[in-house]
Amino acid sequence: MATRTIEIENVKTGEVTEAVYEHPFIVRLCHWVNAVSLFVLVGSGLQIFRAFPSFGAKIPQKDLIHWPKAFAIGGWLGGGLQWHLTFMWIYIGSGLLYLGYQIFSGNYKQVLFAPHDIPGVWPMVRHYFFFGPKPAAKGAYNPLQKHAYTSAIVLGVLSVLTGIAIWKPVQFSWLAWMMGGFHYARLWHFVIMWAILAFVFGHLVMVVLHGWNNFVSMFTGWKKDPEYRPE
Amino acid sequence: MSSQTDSRRFRSISRRELLKLTPVVALGAFAVPKVQQKLLKTGLGFSDWASARLFRSGHLAPTFADSELTPFSKFPINDYDVDDPQVDLDQWNLAVGGAVQKPGNYTLAQIQSLPKITQNTRHVCIEGWDVIGKFGGTRLSDFLKMIGADTAARFLTVECADDYYESLDMATALHPQTLLCYEMYGRPLTREHGAPLRLNIPTKIGYKQAKYLTDLKVTNVLQKLGYWEDQGYSEFYGL
Repeated sequence: MATRTIEIENVKTGEVTEAVYEHPFIVRLCHWVNAVSLFVLVGSGLQIFRAFPSFGAKIPQKDLIHWPKAFAIGGWLGGGLQWHLTFMWIYIGSGLLYLGYQIFSGNYKQVLFAPHDIPGVWPMVRHYFFFGPKPAAKGAYNPLQKHAYTSAIVLGVLSVLTGIAIWKPVQFSWLAWMMGGFHYARLWHFVIMWAILAFVFGHLVMVVLHGWNNFVSMFTGWKKDPEYRPE
Repeated sequence: MSSQTDSRRFRSISRRELLKLTPVVALGAFAVPKVQQKLLKTGLGFSDWASARLFRSGHLAPTFADSELTPFSKFPINDYDVDDPQVDLDQWNLAVGGAVQKPGNYTLAQIQSLPKITQNTRHVCIEGWDVIGKFGGTRLSDFLKMIGADTAARFLTVECADDYYESLDMATALHPQTLLCYEMYGRPLTREHGAPLRLNIPTKIGYKQAKYLTDLKVTNVLQKLGYWEDQGYSEFYGL
């Protein structure tokens, strides 16, 4: 898909700036539906976890952490399950819509981490964490960003697969078996949640660092003054 | 591909793109107390509908070797009221009613006269823990044949000595691993585990597997779903 660029002439000053259409509508829609779903699924998931906050035996029960009720959604186990079993469909639905759109539109090239991105990872790490020089931007996402977003998408898929293994360990016994059985599937589901939360944290830090134009682009699709020249 | 515009037109283009996202605001309905319960009930209902579609009557739950069993002493005892509802085991029988040809009271000996099945299966609690237990009993489907149940009926309901109650869809009731269970770990059920008769359903979550059974009914209409279901748990909860 060709990237759309537009030149904007300021009606008062006559100054010309550029904007690029970075995020197609479906991507923006799925992004925000996903953000809401993740919030609800994490909150209600932790509510469910509170009922048995352990990954060991029931007898004797050794609790891992006591998650405070104030940071959980649903009020009690039954309520948490209602939220979880409702929003999982919204989460899966927006995930499938996103993946389908990306694949069929070809827009996946914007975000998919590919082998040719590997050499660009280290310069970006050096820039972000060790005050190295900033590598020139070539596209909407730099190699490190592509790595982060591709990982997040993989984690999203895994969160669904581990969830299905917990919800349906008999009908999808092969899936539960691949994860080491129901017991381990529950552990992976929990670990993947924290990995997603780690991504979200890093994502939010970068959103703050990259400023207003970048933030607005996830609402309108258009990014003003892009750092790169799309071909 | 490049085009030109002025800042005023660009603002209106941006606004139009922003407005396309209004469907996301619809999710805000979940924050409105009045509709929230309705929406969640719909979501849970959809999950139950999907669960019933995913259930395959010929698909067996995984079974395990004796070496993989959770020791009997570590098999949790879960009940909503008391561990031992003081069932008089000598006088006990199962009251059968509803859409059956031979209603009446059935003794444990009558139930035990049917072929005995023993299975090592996983018991999953809604709280999140799971154990592997050894269960012995008769197939519920065999018993339904014995009482001449109308298997075209939609549900089966049970009542318990401790006022617990449950309902079961007919497809699950007829599943070959669904047992009227009178033995655990090769011994008659202890009082805490539901003596003298309980349900063992490896394709269902724990709370559907009622203990201390006293009544069994075949029906097309459910007055109530189950002790926990009536408080908001899933009705089908098949594993």
